[in-house]
Amino acid sequence: MTAFSRRQRVGQRVINTIAGLGLFYIFLPILVIVLFSFNAPKGKYNIKWQGFTLDNWANPFSETELTSALWVSLRIALISTFCATVLGSLIALSLSRYKFKGSGGINLFLVLPLTSPEIVLGSSLATLFLNRGVNFGYVTIIIAHIMFQISFVAVTVRARIRGFDWTLEQAAMDLGATPARAFWKITFPLILPGILAAALLSFALSIDDFIITFFNAGSLVTFPLQIFGASRVKIPPQINVLATMLLIASVSLMVAGTVIGNRRQRKLAGN
Amino acid sequence: MNPTTRLATVASQPERVGLGVMLALALGAVALGAKWVSGPGAAVVAALMLAAVIGLIWVAFVGGLETRRALAPYGLLKPGVLWLSLFFLAPLWSMVVMSLSSKQSRFDFFPSFSWEWDNYRTALTDFRPQFLRSFGYAAIATLLTILIGFPLAYVIAFRGGKYRNILLGLVVVPFFTSYLIRTLAWGNILADEGPVVSIFDNLGLTGVLESLNIMDNGKLLNTPAAVIGGLTYNFLPFMVLPIYVSLEKIDPRLVDAAMDLYSSASAAFRKIVVPLALPGIFAGSLLVFIPAAGDFVNAQFLGNPQTTMIGNSIQDQFLRQLNYPVASAMSFVLMFIITVAVLVYTKFMGTEDLA
Repeated sequence: MTAFSRRQRVGQRVINTIAGLGLFYIFLPILVIVLFSFNAPKGKYNIKWQGFTLDNWANPFSETELTSALWVSLRIALISTFCATVLGSLIALSLSRYKFKGSGGINLFLVLPLTSPEIVLGSSLATLFLNRGVNFGYVTIIIAHIMFQISFVAVTVRARIRGFDWTLEQAAMDLGATPARAFWKITFPLILPGILAAALLSFALSIDDFIITFFNAGSLVTFPLQIFGASRVKIPPQINVLATMLLIASVSLMVAGTVIGNRRQRKLAGN
Repeated sequence: MNPTTRLATVASQPERVGLGVMLALALGAVALGAKWVSGPGAAVVAALMLAAVIGLIWVAFVGGLETRRALAPYGLLKPGVLWLSLFFLAPLWSMVVMSLSSKQSRFDFFPSFSWEWDNYRTALTDFRPQFLRSFGYAAIATLLTILIGFPLAYVIAFRGGKYRNILLGLVVVPFFTSYLIRTLAWGNILADEGPVVSIFDNLGLTGVLESLNIMDNGKLLNTPAAVIGGLTYNFLPFMVLPIYVSLEKIDPRLVDAAMDLYSSASAAFRKIVVPLALPGIFAGSLLVFIPAAGDFVNAQFLGNPQTTMIGNSIQDQFLRQLNYPVASAMSFVLMFIITVAVLVYTKFMGTEDLA
C-alpha cells in the first residue's frame, strides 16, 4: 500500500513537472519578446542582448513604416470584425434558435474554412481575385478576413449560447411584446457577452493573420506583413515594444471582460 | 382540405422550400464564381440559375405568414452563407480550374484552362520532398503537442482548483502576441549565441543531441528540430484547450469509484481518464495537424533551405514565380490529402464530437 501510494505520488509529481515545463515553454518566447523590447541592439538585428535601455519604450512609434502598418491592421480588423460578427452571429442564432432541415449540412459547411489550411484559403481566394482582375488592397484583405472570421464567430457564438432558454422570448411575446421587441429587450442583452467575446477573439485573429493576408494584400502592408518583410532586412526593437503593447492591451481587455462577466453573473444570481 | 392537415402541410412544407431556396442561392453564388472563372464551370451556370428561379417561384406560390416564419432561420443564415459561398467555395473552384490551366503561348500573361494534368505531375514529383516534410513535421508536432498538452490540460482540469481559469488564461495569452513575433523570438532563443545552445554546450549535451539529429554542427537554429519545435509551440494551445474541455467534463468520482473497486491509479487513468479525453485529443490533433501542415512561417524563420515545407513552395510559386497553375495544383493536393486524412481519421475515431 505504501509502495503503491509512493508510486502514485511520483506519478503526480512527474505530471505536475511536465505541466510546469509546458507553461514555461508557452511563456518563454513571451518573456523574450518583453525582455528584448528593452534591448539596445548594436546592429540591425535585435537578436543578441546588448544592454538595457528605455529608449525603445520612449519612442515606440519612431519606426514610421511599422507604425503605419499597425494602423492599417487596426483599420482592417475593425471593419472586418464588425461585418463578420454580424454575419456570424446571425448564423449562430439561426442554428441554435431554430430546428430546421439542412442544419447539419450548414454546420459542416461552417467548419470547413476552419479545417482548411490557411495557405489553401489564401491562395485560392487570390486566384479568384486574379481571375477577375480585382485590384489587391484594403478591399481584398477585408473580404478575406471576413471570410475566415465568419466561421469562427458563428462557431464560438453558437457554443456560448448553447443552452439559452428560448422560452424567455416566448414569455415576452405572450405578454404582448412584438417579436422584434422581445429579441432586442430579452434575447440580445443575454447573448451579447458571447457575441462580444467572439468579436474580441476574431479581432485578434484579424490583426495577427499573416498567411491569408500575404496572398491577398498586393502592395498594402499590414503589421504582420511588415514584420515578415523587415525580418529579412532588420528587426528593430520597436517591433517588440508594439507587440508588448498589443499584448498588454488585449490581456487587460480579457481580464476586464472576465471581471465584468463574473460581476454580472453574481448580480444575476443575487437577484 | 381541413384546417388541421393544411396546417400540418404548411408546417412541414416551408422548411423544404426554404432549404431549396437556400441551396439554390448557395449554388447560384458558386455558379457566379464559376462563371467568373472562364472554365468548364460556365456550362453549369444556366442550370443553377434555373434552379434558383424555380426555388423562388416555389416560395412565391406557397407564401403565407407561416412560410415566412419557417423561413426565418434560412433568412438569418443567408448573408453569412452567401459570403462563404462566394469567398470560400467559389475560390476553391477557381483553384481547381487554375490547377488545370496553362499559358497557351509565351506571350500570354495569364494561364487559361486546358486540362493541363502536367501541373499535378510537377507538384507531385518536383515538390515531393516538401510534401513529405510537411506531413512528417506536422505529424511529429501533433504528437509532441499531445505529449505536452495532455499533462498541462490534466493538471489545469484536476489540480487547478480555483486557479483553473487563470491557468487557462495563461495558456491562451500567447495567442495575443503576433504569431510572427513569437516565432522570431524562438529565433532569439535558439540562436547560435543564444542561451539554449550555451546551456547544452556547458552540459556537454551537444554530442548526444547531434547523434539524435536534433542539433547539427553545434547549431540548433536552422535545423528540422527547430522547425518542428516552432510548429509545436505555435499550435500547442489548440491542443490544450480541447483536451481541457473534455477533461473538465469528467466526474472525478468515476476515478474514485474505480479506485474503490481496487483499480490501480494507472489502470484508472488508462481506462477512465484517457478514453474520456479522446474526443479532445482527437479534435486537438486536427486543429494542430492541419495548420501545421500548411504552415511556412516556422520553416522560413527557424529552418534552412533543406527544411522547406509545402507552404514555402506554394508561396514561392504563387507570389514570386507567378506560376499560378503549379501553385494551385500543390494547394489542391495539400487540401485533398488533408481531407482524405481527416475522413479516414474520423472514420477511425468517430465523428460525434467533431463539431
